[in-house]
Amino acid sequence: MTMSEGDLAVAQINFVRKTTLEPQPPPASMTGAVGWLRENLFSTPFNIALTILIALFLAWIIPDMLRFLVFDAVWSGVDREACLITAQRPVVGACWPFAFERLPYFIYGSYPISERWRVDVFFVILAVAIVWLLWLNAPRRDLGVVYSFIVTPIASYILLSGWPLIGLPKIDTVLWGGVLVTIVVSAVGIVFSLPIGILLALGRQSKMPAIKLFSVMFIEFVRGVPLVTVLFMASVMLPLFVPENISPDKLLRALIGIAMFASAYMAEVVRAGLAAIPKGQYEGAQAVGLGYWQMMRLIVLPQALKITIPNIVNTYIGLFKDTTLVFIVGIFDLLRTIEVSRIDPKWAAPSTSPTGYVVAAIFYLICCYGMSRYAQATEKRLRKADRR
Amino acid sequence: MSIELKAGSPPASVPFYNDPKVRSIVYQVALCLIVAGLVYGAASNAVENLQRARIASGFGFWDNIAGFDISQTLISYSNTSTYGRAFWVGLLNTLLVAGLGIIFATILGFIVGIARLSKNWLVNKAATAYVEIIRNLPLLLQLLFWYNAVLKALPDLRESVKIPGGIFLNNRGLFLPAPVTQAGFGFVEIVFFLGIVGSIVFHIWARKRQEKTGQQAPVFLTSLGLIIGLPLIVYLIAGMPLSFNFPQAGRFNIAGGLEVVPEFAALLFGLSIYTAAFIAEVVRAGILAVSHGQTEAAYSLGMKPGPTLRLIVVPQAMRVIIPPLTSQYLNLTKNSSLAVAIGYPDLVQVFTGTVLNQTGQAVEVVAITMAVYLTISLTTSFLMNIYNSRMKLVER
Amino acid sequence: MKRVLSIVALTAAVFAVQSASAQTLKQVKDRGILNCGSNTGLAGFGLPDAQGKWTGLDVDTCRAVAAAVLGDASKVKFVPLSAKDRFTALQSGEVDMLARNTTWTSSRDTQLGLNFAGVNYYDGQGFMVRKALKVNSALELNEASVCVQQGTTTELNLADYFRANNMKLKTVTFASSDEAIKAYDSGRCDAFTTDASGLYAERLRLANSADHIVLPEIISKEPLGPAVRHGDDQWFDVVKWTYFAMLNAEELGITSKNVDEMLKSNSPDIKRLLGAEGNFGEQLGLSKDWAYKIVKLVGNYGEVFDRNVGAGSPLKIDRGLNKLWTKGGLQYAPPVR
Repeated sequence: MTMSEGDLAVAQINFVRKTTLEPQPPPASMTGAVGWLRENLFSTPFNIALTILIALFLAWIIPDMLRFLVFDAVWSGVDREACLITAQRPVVGACWPFAFERLPYFIYGSYPISERWRVDVFFVILAVAIVWLLWLNAPRRDLGVVYSFIVTPIASYILLSGWPLIGLPKIDTVLWGGVLVTIVVSAVGIVFSLPIGILLALGRQSKMPAIKLFSVMFIEFVRGVPLVTVLFMASVMLPLFVPENISPDKLLRALIGIAMFASAYMAEVVRAGLAAIPKGQYEGAQAVGLGYWQMMRLIVLPQALKITIPNIVNTYIGLFKDTTLVFIVGIFDLLRTIEVSRIDPKWAAPSTSPTGYVVAAIFYLICCYGMSRYAQATEKRLRKADRR
Repeated sequence: MSIELKAGSPPASVPFYNDPKVRSIVYQVALCLIVAGLVYGAASNAVENLQRARIASGFGFWDNIAGFDISQTLISYSNTSTYGRAFWVGLLNTLLVAGLGIIFATILGFIVGIARLSKNWLVNKAATAYVEIIRNLPLLLQLLFWYNAVLKALPDLRESVKIPGGIFLNNRGLFLPAPVTQAGFGFVEIVFFLGIVGSIVFHIWARKRQEKTGQQAPVFLTSLGLIIGLPLIVYLIAGMPLSFNFPQAGRFNIAGGLEVVPEFAALLFGLSIYTAAFIAEVVRAGILAVSHGQTEAAYSLGMKPGPTLRLIVVPQAMRVIIPPLTSQYLNLTKNSSLAVAIGYPDLVQVFTGTVLNQTGQAVEVVAITMAVYLTISLTTSFLMNIYNSRMKLVER
Repeated sequence: MKRVLSIVALTAAVFAVQSASAQTLKQVKDRGILNCGSNTGLAGFGLPDAQGKWTGLDVDTCRAVAAAVLGDASKVKFVPLSAKDRFTALQSGEVDMLARNTTWTSSRDTQLGLNFAGVNYYDGQGFMVRKALKVNSALELNEASVCVQQGTTTELNLADYFRANNMKLKTVTFASSDEAIKAYDSGRCDAFTTDASGLYAERLRLANSADHIVLPEIISKEPLGPAVRHGDDQWFDVVKWTYFAMLNAEELGITSKNVDEMLKSNSPDIKRLLGAEGNFGEQLGLSKDWAYKIVKLVGNYGEVFDRNVGAGSPLKIDRGLNKLWTKGGLQYAPPVR
């Protein structure tokens, strides 16, 4: 039996709600902090076990580290006496006065004190170049490229190495050290590896057999041997291979080795970018009558480099870390200055070595982590740009 | 303006220097000349320089007496052995640390890579922190840290930590009981190898059968039985032909037993921990590369999460993971040359270090060293290319 | 690629330093500076301070050569070389001479193409151990582990000594002396071995130098001296006679203090040495007053020894074998005439 509309309207049904209920808040255990904890930390027995395990591990390691770096650390003193284990102080953390005293040495090496302003100016010039290059919305980025890749190297060379004609005394590279050398070696590697790497990558794709063969051989050879042996070859054998009236500077030899090494790796990164460019782009460029170099410069490379920026930056991070290997051929980079200071009897104390390494770790973490964040941000931007 | 084409008129001629063919030949000839010139110049300079300095050349030094000691040797070596022998000692030490490093780095890397995808916030963040910190510190710094700050902080010989089971730990290294095989142990080894061969055969057979009939065989358990069970039984039957040589504390050092020197431990730690961070990223990318639809499809067919992971996700992820994984293995092998910095006698330290010094023949020694690493790299790349061509997605 | 090569060539040319060949002397004069291969840091022999100022016995040998050739003892560029790359650096012409406590051996003379200009320090290899070990002789070191620097005669002598005495040893080899001494200090080895002079120098760098003793045995002959490349006899003579001039000056009682009075001396030996008589300097290709410059600017051998490793230094090493032959030692120089 059915009821018509009219009947319904007439029949006052009192036990049926006419308005919908307000939605109830979810149970407290599913939202807020508790819910988040349940969802993210204690969802399954296995997860609970993992959480407890990691928490225990962190509880074991973090307080220890804090104690070493802050609470038990020595903050003032003039020599090893301050950091020795004594009856009054059975536990000694980091020996910071050692780091404070040696900080200028870590930064400049043996660079003459009266000339250190030159290094500071160099750091400023370089910082401007880096900001100009990396800041994607900077004004006049074309000028920025010229400034970074042409003006900066020349100005830096004149500044650091000296030019007696304009009143800057010559400073032998033997005296350079610390952060200065690390930065110089990385910067040279960065500036030279990209253009050479691009040429090698193009050579590897070339249709000319001789050029292709040469590029492939160079890339595979360099990528197949450890950097230590490349540096060794550069520092030990290069002098044998050049005429006897030329003997390149020791630092220059390491620079050549690093630049060669980085170029081969860069070539592979660029090649991956080139491979991602659709064939139609090449054909289109040729159809409008562009020559090979024009096609590369105007059409292919800009696109290829754009998509490989993150990988290029990652290669740079690798290069920056690899500069520490010049330590092995006896060049005073940051790590070597720390190593030399570490074994100075003036500061011979149980915690001197870890303190030195912590200083180095902080420096490299800041630089490399910064670069890798930049690479990730660029990647995000590019993805956004592609999702038009 | 119209151009009348006359039959037989020659085509508009391009000046020869704009002809791409001619150009390419010119470029190549120029490059060849430059390279040849450089090589010739370098070689003639080297010959001249070496002759002027009257440095011996050639490989005659290979059979000369080395006269120095090496702290870790896998093959018999004494200071009366030859330089050639020292080379093999160094090479084996490199291969040992690289081999073990690869195993540890893979295990750790896979754990961390999977942990980075975990839904557990704490696990995820801990793994991320590990990767970010380790990746952004130079390996050399890490090695020096392990060696100089951690291992040297171990107790002195007199206060060795004694671990039950005859194990000593101090700043001279870790001393373990060394297994000594006696007569009859050969049988166990033979059975062990037979077990490995047998389980491979069984695996192939089971796979064939599954493809034909759909029935699954307990491959894992059978293999376990063949590889571990059988040799164990033979070992018991043969009357347990294995004894241990326990380390004994002597006046200066702990003698006997199996010694793990701190240099080796530091290098192994450093290499494994460093490479694991990179492997973790490779694994994460590989797993993310498998589209989620695959998992959902498997679930909708009624597969359980375990088999889904094992049969659907991992095989597909492996295709993405393996090439970069191999290059990480190569990196680890090449990075083992940093042993120079902490005094572990690997190929570079022994051969490119001491031997080069004693003989003064830089060109030959560095060339041999590079050739060794190149051989390892190129062989691996070659095998990798074969693998890649076999694993390519078959497109229908 | 062409562009790249030209850039490399250009930079090489910019950085280029004239290297040595058969005209080392001429090149050093043209360059106006002497490139001297020195130790990366060994107290008493060659050690830079934080400002890059070098001191040491070997360092002064180089300064003496610069004084003789250029008339200015400060015109030296010190190139710190590890034991590993010192010979290659000399062979390749990166340095004009090597003064880096290098032991004179036959194979270095023949195989490595060096010429040793003399022995400026008679040394021998010794051992340092902790007092706590209660070891009184190197012969008790059976089964001990020893830290040693790579690429030196030290490494070979150590193996020989233990083999000759039927003892077992565990060597731990390090690329530099710094690393080896640090490893010994932290307890990685029972003993540390190097040349005795080096032991005294390195002992000062230990955390508690009083806890260590140098054992009495000297297990090898280590004649240390400055070396030059084969194939340039003129330069060889210059370095050799610079060193002999320092010895002769001490023998004749000429010091940096009294050298100006000594110019007026009537002794023919002194006259010849200081250039007041004869043309011995020109014969070497140097100026007349070459030896005067050496003694005036650097000092005689005795002064240099005393200042760097002897009583006037923290090392306080006894002259011992390095006394003049007139005093019962081995230092003997041919006469200038």
